[in-house]
Amino acid sequence: MPDDRTDPKNRPSPDALLEHAEREGRGRLRIFLGAAPGVGKTYEMLMAGRARRADGTDVVIGIVETHGRKETQALVDGYEVIPRRLVEYRGQTLDEMDIDAILKRRPALVLVDELAHTNAPGSRHPKRYLDVQEILAQGIDVYTTLNIQHVESLNDVVAQITRVRVRETVPDSILDEADDIEIIDLTPDDLIKRLQDGKVYFPNTAQRAIENYFSPGNLTALRELALRRTAQRVDEQLLNHMQSHAIPGPWAAGERVLVCVDSQPGGAARIRYARRLADRLRAPWTALHIDTPRLAGLSEDDKDRLAMNLRLAEQLGAEVTTIPGQNVAQDIVHHATANNFTHIVIGRPTRSRWRELIEGSLTYDLIRNAGDISVHVISGTERNKEAPSRRVGTATEQRPFDVWPYLLATAYVTGSLAVSTVLDQFLDVRNLAIVFLLAVLTSAVTSGLWPALYACLVSALAFNFFFLPPRYTLTIRDPESIVAFCVFLVVAVIASNLTARVQRQAVAARSRARATEDIYSFSKKLAGAGTLDDVLWATAFQIASMLKVRVVLLLPENGTITVKAGYPPDDTLAEADIAAARWAWEHNRAAGRGADTLPGAKRLYLPLRTGRTAIGVVGLDNDKQGPLLTPEQQRLLDALADQAAVAIERVQLVADVDRARLAAEADRLRSALLTSISHDLKTPLAAILGAAGTLKEFAPALPEKDRADLLATVVSEAERLNRFIANLLDMTRIESGAMEPNHAFHYVGDVVGSALNRAQKITAEHRIETDIPADLPMLRLDPVLFEQALFNLLDNAAKYASPGSAIRLQAWVDNGAVILQVMDEGPGIPPDDLERIFDTFYRVRKRDQVRAGTGLGLSISRGFIEAMGGTIAAANRTDRPGAIFTIRMPVPAELPALGTPLTDDAA
Amino acid sequence: MTNQTVSILVVDDEPPIRKLLRVGLGSQGYTVSEAPNAKAAIELMQIERPDLILLDLGLPGMTGLDLLGKWRADGLDVPVVILSSRTDEAGIVSALELGADDYVTKPFGMNELIARIRVALRHKFQQQGEKPVFHTGDLSVDLVKRIVKVEGKEVKLSPKEYDILRMLVQYAGKVLTHQFLMKQIWNDSTDVQYLRVYVRQLRQKIEKTPDQPRYIITETGVGYRLREVDGNE
Repeated sequence: MPDDRTDPKNRPSPDALLEHAEREGRGRLRIFLGAAPGVGKTYEMLMAGRARRADGTDVVIGIVETHGRKETQALVDGYEVIPRRLVEYRGQTLDEMDIDAILKRRPALVLVDELAHTNAPGSRHPKRYLDVQEILAQGIDVYTTLNIQHVESLNDVVAQITRVRVRETVPDSILDEADDIEIIDLTPDDLIKRLQDGKVYFPNTAQRAIENYFSPGNLTALRELALRRTAQRVDEQLLNHMQSHAIPGPWAAGERVLVCVDSQPGGAARIRYARRLADRLRAPWTALHIDTPRLAGLSEDDKDRLAMNLRLAEQLGAEVTTIPGQNVAQDIVHHATANNFTHIVIGRPTRSRWRELIEGSLTYDLIRNAGDISVHVISGTERNKEAPSRRVGTATEQRPFDVWPYLLATAYVTGSLAVSTVLDQFLDVRNLAIVFLLAVLTSAVTSGLWPALYACLVSALAFNFFFLPPRYTLTIRDPESIVAFCVFLVVAVIASNLTARVQRQAVAARSRARATEDIYSFSKKLAGAGTLDDVLWATAFQIASMLKVRVVLLLPENGTITVKAGYPPDDTLAEADIAAARWAWEHNRAAGRGADTLPGAKRLYLPLRTGRTAIGVVGLDNDKQGPLLTPEQQRLLDALADQAAVAIERVQLVADVDRARLAAEADRLRSALLTSISHDLKTPLAAILGAAGTLKEFAPALPEKDRADLLATVVSEAERLNRFIANLLDMTRIESGAMEPNHAFHYVGDVVGSALNRAQKITAEHRIETDIPADLPMLRLDPVLFEQALFNLLDNAAKYASPGSAIRLQAWVDNGAVILQVMDEGPGIPPDDLERIFDTFYRVRKRDQVRAGTGLGLSISRGFIEAMGGTIAAANRTDRPGAIFTIRMPVPAELPALGTPLTDDAA
Repeated sequence: MTNQTVSILVVDDEPPIRKLLRVGLGSQGYTVSEAPNAKAAIELMQIERPDLILLDLGLPGMTGLDLLGKWRADGLDVPVVILSSRTDEAGIVSALELGADDYVTKPFGMNELIARIRVALRHKFQQQGEKPVFHTGDLSVDLVKRIVKVEGKEVKLSPKEYDILRMLVQYAGKVLTHQFLMKQIWNDSTDVQYLRVYVRQLRQKIEKTPDQPRYIITETGVGYRLREVDGNE
């Protein structure tokens, strides 16, 4: 029997644990979920807040709309209410929740009404739920209210039930993030009564609409939706609990949902349905698009709708797959069976009966071939026209009529005519048709369908005119020839059609391959880019070169948005452009040239999005008049912008992590500094105070010798304190970067002499040996810094080497540098520490014993030597125990010219 | 030297330092008066005529440097010894060039300070009457015959080397800035490295261990000083 711990089935799922860990440190989110307005969510929230307050929790109101209702107002009284922030917008004064004030106030729990609210333009976040997420991230608990109609994936369903579409939605993920969901339930009858009593506030809506909305049928349906969504949530919690506590299954069986996405209207509804289905089944889901050759002939509206649907699926969490194919039904079934999908979601057939008879019905084909897979057929009708709301005016790809292909086709036919004239001598006239067929096919391959059809026509005329008897007329005499002529015509038309289609597919495949290649290489480039600048530059360059436009990239900085990169480089924006860029960023929508908003700007600004929020803005322009991008380019830009946004976010996250790591390192240093300073300042101070205090109180009673001892202690400890403070000051100079070495030409020997002179007291018990040749070249150095660096090395040597041992200083010239070594006869340095001893506050520990010292001296030596262009390294002696510190200073290229004054030395 | 008649004015804004100097110098027989700032110092100067001034550079309001400049501009030639912090070499050099006689850096030992005071006072009283032959340790310099001996043996010096040694001997015990020496010997103060080259050569000739000099001491960042050593050191 296997040990429980090693059985993977009984181990907590890492994902569940990770999620649990991520919640640590965040505030808790409780959502009061209602089926419809007026069920009393706000009331319940305020009651729950009161209960928490009674328990001693610090509760404030972030924002609560009482809509003048007395009982609600009564509950608000007694709460601390954070004053609202007033926002001027188009002459109106709007008031919004003041998120900064809440974060500053830092309550334990904040009540925030109407989670789905859209903030006034110019607010920090476009949506209130984003405010709430920020508050939660700061560790503050939030109670909030939400109506089921505002949940993104239920939006269509609610619109279908009630015929009222709400524009304000919150993503489903916020429900998943919530720690608790409390459903506020009221029976439809009670709610209708409340409505009649005027207790329900429904903003900006006509009375009739309200009455429609609050029909018992609607309310029952909405209520069921809310209950079901909450039940699903509870299921998830149960599942999560089971996973994180390693309670073995039954898990949801391996369900997988596949939704077919095409260019038909109603795709969005199908995608949302698939998401709900996948949610309920807790199954992964995939959006599949079959890329058929027919696609090339789609209208721009259709192409846009397709791109929008694919994006929507991606945003709702689907894995998006596109595969090339011919027979849509077969390809879908094949993909579904190959990948173990259990559900396929498709749209209701939109083809007419007539076309279904000819082309077959996708729906029937699919259902017939689906085997064990459930097929969900979803009605595509939606109340609001899902018009491809092209956000940006784009140029349609109108190619002007080109006469060249037709001239070319004419040439081919003329060629065939010539060849036929020759062959006419040997062959039966009807076989000559083959030669003309060749011209038609060549036209189809080189120039496409219309020139090929043109070639067809001309060939038929020429064939008839020149070869079919009676020759040189357009009439045909014998029936055989009529058949041959007709067959030729049919074959030519079909062949040119097929050939042209194949050719068009080849062109489309080539351009797709090229675009894919470009995007792939772009993403590789982005993955390799380490810094934000690299990413921005690569993005600007890629967009500029692929779309043949000028590009600027703007990122938010200090609450506004500023140009960070451009290709070609350009960082000046006109007033109108700045406004458009801001708008695009704040509203997460396009603005500027060719868009609905601020079209006066020189450039078109599009948000760079990751998931839901805009992280920056890309601005485009070119020198041409009219729309900036073709729809094809627009879609390409979307793809590029998505990738760039993800890359930018990645780099920013990395930078955040780096900053956090640096901060942690700085913290570590600070605490080391505090420990070190408090120890090194207090030890000598304690000795001085003790000795001085003793002398002050008991001097007469002390023998002469003790008094002298105490006095000596005061002096030596004060000197030690002095050295420590000097070190601290030096360190500050190095770290503040305020050090300006005062370079001049000096002899190393001179500086060694003054360092030894200063170190006399601390090295009094050691033998000092010097071996410094008199003919060393002068060096450019700051004598004060160099002397201090040397002094610290001497201090270090005196500290670690026992009294009576020798400290040796030796110097020589080596390969363009002067080497100066300080050697002691102490215990040496543990090999692992050879580099670390130069770290600030690092001290070699040996058998629990720490030498008196600050751990600053060597790091100051290194700081000073390096500031003068030299290097310093530590090593151990090989001839005997002991440390060697080696300073290497470059000999300056230009030595001072001293010839003249030296010549007057004739003594 | 007797100290009974010698009075010293201490200009420092720190009461503990003034107290230390009052007690320390008083114990050596000096009369000490105190001023906490430049204004009080100027007033005191008009009442008393101190023989020497100890001047802190970091005074509040009018700085020590400004005060020194004013006194020297007024023609006062009282010896001034500067009290300074360790990292302020530039301030020390400025003060010395303004006419201060010497300096000590805080924190200082009382011995060191008293030695500086004595040297400064001696140079004031002896400025004209130099002794013809200077002796310290095993070094002797005959300023009349221009003969330099180490351990009784004559040492050949170049004219410039001799000039430097003569300057140091004339102001024995007192710090001489690079600029001062350059000006005195070359009548030019631009290329300080000439001075370093000659001092090095001089040390090679008169010091037993030129890397640990006994006589010619480098005051890093400031200048040189000839140290008078006890005969039996």
